[in-house]
Amino acid sequence: MNDSLTAKRARPADALAYGAIYLCAFFSVALLAVLLGYVLVRGIGVINWQFLTTVTSVLKGTVGIAGNLLNTLLIVLLTMLIATPLGVGAAVYLNEYARPGKLVSAIEFATETLSGIPSIIFGLFGSMFFGETLGLGYSLLTGSLTLILMVLPLLTRNTQEALKTVPDSYRTGALGLGAGKWHMIRTVLLPSATPGILTGAILAIGRIVGESAALLFTAGSAKALPKTFAKLLEKIFHSGGTLTIQLYLSATADGDFTTAFGIAVVLLVLVLCINLTAKKLASKLDPTRRK
Amino acid sequence: MKRVPEGHPGHKAFTAEAVARALLLICAVAAIFAVCAITFYMFAKGLPALGKVGVTELLFGTTWKPTAAEPQFGIAYIILSSIVGTAFSVLLGVPVGLMTAVFLTEVSAKRMAAVVQPAVELLAAIPSVIYGLVGMMVLNPAMYKLEKLIFAGSSTHQFTGGANVLSAVIVLAIMILPTVISVSASSLRAVPDAMRAASLALGASKMQTVFRVTIPAARSGILTGVVLGIGRALGEAMAINMVAGGSVNLPLPFNSVRFLTTQLVSEMSYAEGTHRQVLFTVGLVLYLFILAVNLVLLKLRKKGAEKE
Repeated sequence: MNDSLTAKRARPADALAYGAIYLCAFFSVALLAVLLGYVLVRGIGVINWQFLTTVTSVLKGTVGIAGNLLNTLLIVLLTMLIATPLGVGAAVYLNEYARPGKLVSAIEFATETLSGIPSIIFGLFGSMFFGETLGLGYSLLTGSLTLILMVLPLLTRNTQEALKTVPDSYRTGALGLGAGKWHMIRTVLLPSATPGILTGAILAIGRIVGESAALLFTAGSAKALPKTFAKLLEKIFHSGGTLTIQLYLSATADGDFTTAFGIAVVLLVLVLCINLTAKKLASKLDPTRRK
Repeated sequence: MKRVPEGHPGHKAFTAEAVARALLLICAVAAIFAVCAITFYMFAKGLPALGKVGVTELLFGTTWKPTAAEPQFGIAYIILSSIVGTAFSVLLGVPVGLMTAVFLTEVSAKRMAAVVQPAVELLAAIPSVIYGLVGMMVLNPAMYKLEKLIFAGSSTHQFTGGANVLSAVIVLAIMILPTVISVSASSLRAVPDAMRAASLALGASKMQTVFRVTIPAARSGILTGVVLGIGRALGEAMAINMVAGGSVNLPLPFNSVRFLTTQLVSEMSYAEGTHRQVLFTVGLVLYLFILAVNLVLLKLRKKGAEKE
């Protein structure tokens, strides 16, 4: 052995491993870049004022997605309106009231199971239960009720995490001053946990915007715009296709790829904004955690 | 009037407290109700067809002719396609995902990880219909070229235009990447630095440490990521419906196939009678697969918790 102790032995296996690791990481980033680039190049030309603010008209030969944008917005609003209190309430109960036992583990197991169920099953169940059994048919309401089940675990879990970051001294302080438990939760706990809860809500909105399989058999595919405000409220009980559903139908049933890529660009922009907002909020949350 | 102290049953706030507690409990058990209702409906709607068509004929039959004069409802190839598609996408996606996770946690400089990490998060947020659309426009034509090359002159092969098992496997592998990466990365991060330091101090190289110490130590977490990936691949519907073609076939690489999920997506809207009931059975089979995956996850998590 003439090597010195400090000399590095060449290890071909190590070099190979490094190569594989860098290649895989590069692949993951390149994949995203190619995906975004391809969709933008194919779809950006389609986007104009008319595309975003009108409804497709066969008579005029124009294409527009305003109806689908509105449906997406309505479904997001309707779903979050019910799902947020439900998810936050569940988390508050689990974190603040419940004692470890059978009920808690049952709830946690149910939440876990719910988060593992694929969206197509939610869609199937939603169309059977809300659509047929409750007689809501293909409607935005059926779609929203279905999506509530889907985003519930996400909201519950994020709120639980947020509640865990609130120091116990806040709780004992408020209770020591004579506040009732619910009063303490309402005025001290929930305000301090707001950034975390909001992050969860925004992530849930992201999932709703991107969801398609659960909506195909529940919300349907109509794309007309309501003419009056009363009609807008009525719309909740009528069928309405979101952006994702319209993209799917344009690409498969209609073979209209130009429109499909246009919608894809709109969806990507939405998802990007939602993701960035969630990130901003989460980073706001972080420093308080370290304190 | 005598003043009632707060917290005392006679106090006004006491009832508010009780109401709040009851309402919160209702919120909490909503998840249990949801899971029970879904399970009940999947079984109630999925079982009748088994009796009507016959268990063996339905589950092990290979001919799918739901609208023929003599309809046949064999879903064996559909089940097989889901299993094969999921298995190969996991085989393809997990190594890439694990290596990327190693890059994020063990190898890369902070500045590079700051690019890769958000990219992975964004990949997870992209709607599945967009994966399907790009797959249709990029992957399928490429597969068609390959198909024409391989099967040139073949008279038995049915050309699919590139909508085949391979396309679906690639799309699925890409779609499970973010799950595998983020779960593996967080379990690698949880490995104590003392273990790495000990291994390096004993003279092992960085890569030896990664592959013989860090990854084995994070094994149960990585396995959780793999199982989550299996669940995602089994349940994905829209994207692979757009790239995998539309006929029930044996899942050979260049055959167009139907998966459990895509069978539902494409036929649910017009199916009637027994056909519709059989589709519910397809849903039930998928649901049972997912429940099995969930049980494995639960076992893994328990094991992980015991270790800590």
